[in-house]
Amino acid sequence: MSAAGCVRTVIKLSWPVFMVLAWWGVSGYADAHTPAPPARSLPLSQLKSGLHFAGKDVQALQADEFANPAQLWLSQGSQAWTQPSAANGKSCASCHGAVATSMKGVATRYPAIDAASGRLFNLEDRINQCTTRHQQAPAFTPESDALLGLSLLVTQASKGMPLRVDISGAARGHWQAGATLFSQRQGQMNLSCAQCHDQNFGQRLYTDPLSQGQPNGYPVYRLEWQKPGSLERRLRSCYAGIRAEIPPWGALEMRQLALYLMWRGEGLPIEVPAVRK
Amino acid sequence: MTMAFARIQWPERVLAGDVVKVRLLVQHPMDTGYLQDLLGKLVPRNVIQSLTCTWGQQEVFRVEPSSGISANPLFEFFVRADQTSEMHVEWTDDRGVKGSLRQMLPVLPKSSP
Repeated sequence: MSAAGCVRTVIKLSWPVFMVLAWWGVSGYADAHTPAPPARSLPLSQLKSGLHFAGKDVQALQADEFANPAQLWLSQGSQAWTQPSAANGKSCASCHGAVATSMKGVATRYPAIDAASGRLFNLEDRINQCTTRHQQAPAFTPESDALLGLSLLVTQASKGMPLRVDISGAARGHWQAGATLFSQRQGQMNLSCAQCHDQNFGQRLYTDPLSQGQPNGYPVYRLEWQKPGSLERRLRSCYAGIRAEIPPWGALEMRQLALYLMWRGEGLPIEVPAVRK
Repeated sequence: MTMAFARIQWPERVLAGDVVKVRLLVQHPMDTGYLQDLLGKLVPRNVIQSLTCTWGQQEVFRVEPSSGISANPLFEFFVRADQTSEMHVEWTDDRGVKGSLRQMLPVLPKSSP
């Protein structure tokens, strides 16, 4: 028998197997064991980075690789990356090596479940965990220049890569809590995140266009703050804006909300170092 | 802030006699004294009192920014490139904290290809 004939016979014999596989896929048996992906109130095709809603001057400042003020914190971060700890002489680089390769893609996956403790960690939590456990140094205070430098540096290693958080397994409950929080009215203004950022983006709030509230530029240099800040700080500002009670620093609900936002913006490229008004 | 960072930039290729634009970015909070911190406490005024740029032996730029200048100010000025020299940037703020940056500014001979 020729080689071509042999191949033809194999195809003929495997046809029923293929049909069964096709039926199994179409019938939904394949999905029976994993929960269906949740519906999106903001379709992926409509996602727009906050840069889209920013003014021309802000866009120009972000694009200017020299004048972008976040670069100052990035310089600080790369210095801290190789700075040995006073306690045991270990630096970030002693375990991780070069940040551009070892941290590539890491920021796209946070917030994520910490395997050791089972808690939901954002990137800042992860950095602090590394600092206290492996460098035996005190944890950074939230929004300190040192922490922002490192979180900017680590996030920059994923520049241009799409957001892709894992919401399966233990993270699913946190995602659900974040999703609920996003659409829940709160504060004296009785507003939910969704009312501004799902239903009215592109409209104006006073003089500023409302963005979709996408997290792909964080930690971000905000002109209002005159320095960079984390997503948690931005969320706190939103809480203040709707006159809701601001949770304490490190609150779980901020991480849950961040997880939901990262899932909601899935596929948007990381823009760090980003600038916003 | 214990460490102060600054960045300086000029064109990659500078020939002797060229007038080049120098850009300088300095990390400083430029606190006006009117704003509060994240805990609601008034932040005392702390701005850069004086900043000078010395190129080789010659002072080429001096500024005394007041509280009207934004945080992390960006300065741009022009110098006539003469020969390769070191740019030395120094500044002092209201708290007496000094910062400095030294960087060589390479200049090619006039007839370079």
